[in-house]
Amino acid sequence: MNSNILGVINLIHESDELESLTASRCLATVPFGARFRLIDFTLSSMVNSGITKVGVFAQTKYRSLIDHLGSGKHWDLQHRQSGLFIMPPVTDDVNEVRRGDLYHFYQHRDYFTRSTQEYVLIARSHMICNIDFDAMLSSHKASGADITVVTKEQPELFGGKARKLQIDERGRVTAMQDHYGRLESDLISMEMYLMRKELLLELVDTSLAQGQDHLVRHAIMSRVNQLHIQSYAYEGYLGVINTLNSYYKNSMQLLRPEVWKSLFFEPGPIYTKVKDEPPARYAEGAKTSNSLVANGCIIEGTVINSILFRGVHVHKGAVVRNSIIMQNGIIGEHSFVDHVILDKDVTVERGRELRGAEVSPFLAVKRKVI
Amino acid sequence: MGRKRMVAMLLAGGEGKRLGVLTKDLAKPAVHFGGKYRIIDFTLSNCAHSGIDTIGVLTQYQPLVLNTYLGIGSPWGLDRRDGGMAILPPYVKQKGGMWYKGTANAIYQNMGFIDRYDPDYVLVISGDHIYKMDYELMLQEHEERGADVTIACIEVGWKEASRFGIMHVDDDGAITSFEEKPKVPTSNLASMGIYIFSWPVLQQYLVRDEANRLSGNDFGKDVIPAMLQDGVKLQSYTFNGYWKDVGTLESLWEANMDLLSENPALDLNDRDWRIYSVNPNRPAHYSAATADIADSLITEGCIVEGLVHRSVLFYGVQSGIDSQVRESIIMPNVKIGKGARIYRAIIGEGAIIGDGVVVGSPDNSSVTVIGSDELVTSNHSLQGVEQP
Repeated sequence: MNSNILGVINLIHESDELESLTASRCLATVPFGARFRLIDFTLSSMVNSGITKVGVFAQTKYRSLIDHLGSGKHWDLQHRQSGLFIMPPVTDDVNEVRRGDLYHFYQHRDYFTRSTQEYVLIARSHMICNIDFDAMLSSHKASGADITVVTKEQPELFGGKARKLQIDERGRVTAMQDHYGRLESDLISMEMYLMRKELLLELVDTSLAQGQDHLVRHAIMSRVNQLHIQSYAYEGYLGVINTLNSYYKNSMQLLRPEVWKSLFFEPGPIYTKVKDEPPARYAEGAKTSNSLVANGCIIEGTVINSILFRGVHVHKGAVVRNSIIMQNGIIGEHSFVDHVILDKDVTVERGRELRGAEVSPFLAVKRKVI
Repeated sequence: MGRKRMVAMLLAGGEGKRLGVLTKDLAKPAVHFGGKYRIIDFTLSNCAHSGIDTIGVLTQYQPLVLNTYLGIGSPWGLDRRDGGMAILPPYVKQKGGMWYKGTANAIYQNMGFIDRYDPDYVLVISGDHIYKMDYELMLQEHEERGADVTIACIEVGWKEASRFGIMHVDDDGAITSFEEKPKVPTSNLASMGIYIFSWPVLQQYLVRDEANRLSGNDFGKDVIPAMLQDGVKLQSYTFNGYWKDVGTLESLWEANMDLLSENPALDLNDRDWRIYSVNPNRPAHYSAATADIADSLITEGCIVEGLVHRSVLFYGVQSGIDSQVRESIIMPNVKIGKGARIYRAIIGEGAIIGDGVVVGSPDNSSVTVIGSDELVTSNHSLQGVEQP
């Protein structure tokens, strides 16, 4: 399958509100769901929709992004003529790094003009979903819209922040506001915009000429009345993850089997950088309940309502409850953790007790020894 | 084409008759093992860790799954510009072609492949053993001893000895006698089927063996005894780690069970010696509130709602509420119905065990096997699986 869509994952001005989880990495590479990174969901959706060329527009803290994406082969995006492109900021002046996405699109306009695809899909990495963009394109063509935006009726955002929309009876967007706007609506934008590539390039040029450099705020929102912006309703699971609270609560949603089954498998599988970890090993006397456990874990203690990333070791007598333990975490003998998020390589020493609360889980930085 | 110090030739054509329904559509090296691996991953990972970057994989029976699995060797780091992995099936030449008649003939037919790399040494290994071994150490000993041939050996149980090539060695480790699968073994020092040959010596013997119409063209039965007779310098290399020939259902089951002890002799979690494989893309496994898992290996993609004790679950297995899996190996994507009971069994890939079905029995010591994609709706206990 060869899609007529050029994929763009836009990481310009991503939220930075995940405290220490985004201290040394961009939001796109925050670990999520026991073995994935946030960006895997958008990227896999694109690949499963037949998109063969994807540009990731990076802005800051992108070492982990390059490390994670590599050549793109884990997403089957290592092709001769297309595949994966990572685009860091191109600027002569450090201040320009902070400029808006349209400015960076302009700097990389060759990426757009050299691509043969007629349409461009601009998405972000913090909308966790599993979506068919090919069906979106059909709907876009059928409606004759200039821009189609993916929407979802979602009253509960678990502390996540999203742009609110209003649509008319035919699905056309009539109002669009930032998350702090006064619009009374449960309909949110999933920040996925599909349009002809020509229109995007036109928006880039006219907006920059007017001194405006934000795609959504300047180029799209101000043209709600001039452009035909159509909504496309997404029905699957959506997690809006741009605050620590929303990160924790959406993670816990994965423990509902119906969410696990739909988000990870439908319409297609979610891919990630693979690791050669062995299957998880449960010792005699291990206890688990309502938990997600990745490969490479060794469980000798008790794990309840928790998510264990690859290579976590829960020692004898230890109890892990309501927690997220990232890669290679070590939970020492007879220690007890409840409502905690441990970043990669954290060690909880023997006999320690750590308690967070549901509203504010205890968060430990990478490589910390507690 | 660069010159290579050592080229590996991996014999992966085994028909694996003794694995019964598990090898119906599958070459033995492609049989699933240890929750996410296939048997051949172990030798390929050994090559990767031993710094061997040129491998000919000789295939023959049921090669489709195996060839698809191996691809261009990327999971084992063998997708190289110079060397890398080459799959070598039997082929037809101008004067006709033939199946690989024996292990030695398989190498003989591919001498052209080896010659391209002009190596000093050839490592001959097979794809149906479970072990972790640094071939570089064996090569060092081969060089230090000035041997023409070095054969890796291990002490096996006396009962099993007649399944292997059995040898006697002198105090310096030189091999003094070698007998392939003797009916009455006089030693329990077994060949692991791992040979390092100095290439000129091997080449000479392969040509001679091929010319001998009475030969079975087998390393153990023909080539090694002929070398021994001629006084070629054959050296043993003693291996002390875990090694298992998984050629029978019993041994396949046992080798899987061996991974479950608290400190397994073959540690899959060893960060310095990862076993590489084609990693299926599945989410972390889900263990429900009703799950009871102990002493087991569970792979990503599983949903466990029942009891799993002393068992190995491959990726994508679903176990229903109130089901019990004990001392069993459940291959990928098997569905186990509600209330089903599985005792001491190997369930083939994609099989479906219906609600309430009992497979095997708690008081039967033999292993019950269900073939791939089988739908089992009534109780199933195979008494005494066919064994050689």
